Amino acid sequence: MSAANKPVGAEAIASKGWFAAHRWLILRRCAQAAILALFLCGPWLGLWIVKGNLNYSYTLGVLPLTDPYLVVQMLVAGQWPTQLGWIGAAIVLAFYLVVGGRSYCSWVCPLNVVTDAAAWLRRRLDIKGGAHLSRATRYGMLAMTLIVAAVSGTIAWEMINPVSLLHRGLIFGMGFGWAVILAIFLFDLFVMRHGWCGHLCPVGAFYGLLGRFAQLRITLPARENCNDCMDCFAVCPEQQVIRPALKSIDGAPPVILDAQCTNCGRCIDVCSKRVFAFGGRNVAARSGMPPRQESTLPG
Amino acid sequence: MNETTSAATKRAPNARRQFLLDAARMACGVGLCGLALGLYARRATALPPAAIRPPGALPEEAFSAACIRCGLCVRDCPYDILLLAKPEEPMATGTPYFVARQAPCEMCEDIPCVKACPTGALDHGLTDITKAKMGLAVLVDQETCLNFLGLRCDICYRVCPVLDKAITLEPQANPRTGRHTLFIPVVHSAHCTGCGKCEKACPTEIAAIKVFPLYMAKGRLSAHYRLGWVEKEKAGGSLVAPDPEHQYNLPEDMRYELGGKGLYRAPPAEPAPSGPAEATGGLPKALKGDRL
Repeated sequence: MSAANKPVGAEAIASKGWFAAHRWLILRRCAQAAILALFLCGPWLGLWIVKGNLNYSYTLGVLPLTDPYLVVQMLVAGQWPTQLGWIGAAIVLAFYLVVGGRSYCSWVCPLNVVTDAAAWLRRRLDIKGGAHLSRATRYGMLAMTLIVAAVSGTIAWEMINPVSLLHRGLIFGMGFGWAVILAIFLFDLFVMRHGWCGHLCPVGAFYGLLGRFAQLRITLPARENCNDCMDCFAVCPEQQVIRPALKSIDGAPPVILDAQCTNCGRCIDVCSKRVFAFGGRNVAARSGMPPRQESTLPG
Repeated sequence: MNETTSAATKRAPNARRQFLLDAARMACGVGLCGLALGLYARRATALPPAAIRPPGALPEEAFSAACIRCGLCVRDCPYDILLLAKPEEPMATGTPYFVARQAPCEMCEDIPCVKACPTGALDHGLTDITKAKMGLAVLVDQETCLNFLGLRCDICYRVCPVLDKAITLEPQANPRTGRHTLFIPVVHSAHCTGCGKCEKACPTEIAAIKVFPLYMAKGRLSAHYRLGWVEKEKAGGSLVAPDPEHQYNLPEDMRYELGGKGLYRAPPAEPAPSGPAEATGGLPKALKGDRL
């Protein structure tokens, strides 16, 4: 059970094989790489499929995609997007309302690779402790970015937002942006576990709010099989989301309803007992066991 | 029993205290970040002098609120002149600009950069590129401008896309030689688009004519200022006392025509008492002869 003497996911690899124990991780990295490649094949190969960056992009001259968080900041700062900007924001909003807002974090955001690497190294080097911050701090950060936008009348957050700094930097030139990304890596590695994505990032907080009604969720069709190996807790970037669904706290249905779940699927990968699976929010809630039945479980 | 109740009542205020402390800590931390960000943002709203925004850019304050930093204008610029500000540059990160001395705006007639903008940070109302106001050319150094030195460089005048309107050459006597003309380049803000071609083309090592953002290049009269001659024209006549005709106290054979040809020599009505050289002897050299 202890994570110290057995690497996380070893049981899953033993019982399911290496590929099945890394399926969603590999898919996720492929998605992140593919999205970045789409943006890069224009400037690198002259093949213009997607122009722009994650703030706003225009695909094949037909599909506009706008980051709704930026639209909100713009409105707060007193400006109004064009029609194309609005359409792009509506498409993105609709998409993330279905697949879960923070899917953006784990499947699209380029910074996720950096912070995941920091978390992985932290596990490997067995670095413990560090600063403590409430996970709600990110909502404070979100509010702060909007207040600063309103007071200064500029989209101030975009001047230092590491997410767009990295993505824009990779496509348009990084400059000293690397220093910011390195700082985030070191912060996550030494100062706080999942510090940036899990506690501070206002972009994630915004998309988390979007995910409150998301249809695509992690479900736990076999939560009674859980053997308390704690591997899912070890890999989960938002580990607080698992417990209510896994242990049926207050009769919670076997589906992770917490909006901060990033739908990364690592829990599905590392679970040797196949407790987790992707599923629909309502499907899982309906097919789940009557909630009180599990309340006798310890924890 | 007594002990447990006292422990319970003790824990409740402690939990509340902890919650309040946590909330205060978060508010302070986030507030500090916000303050730093706000100060940083304020500093970066003034555009550095060498950075010129693409055509149709809103005034800087509004621009930094409207620009979504997507780089679509950069992508759709057929001449690849636009750059996105990097974090270390002293302007809002990710916003577009160009440096005229490196690559000036080519003033495409269809203005693709404006069309690409999804937010109106580049004003879609701009459809005629000659109406663009990206900046304003200023002849900053008269000491090194070749035309000011008396040469017929004229390059800024020749490369200007709004030829003979945005920059004109104004003849002036050359007091150094006493017999040549200086063709002084004069920028007219009503026509200059700020494309920066003149700065790019200026052949001196450091350009004598430079394009600056409008806020740097332009002055403004105080709101209460009235130009007497404009008001007079508007009113169709003198607004104060009736205009007395001005009396010019000139040498015998000179005339002055207001608003016309200025100072000129009157056609000799009768032969001068002595030779022509003597007659104009008292005049400055520049005023001798019929032409400049």
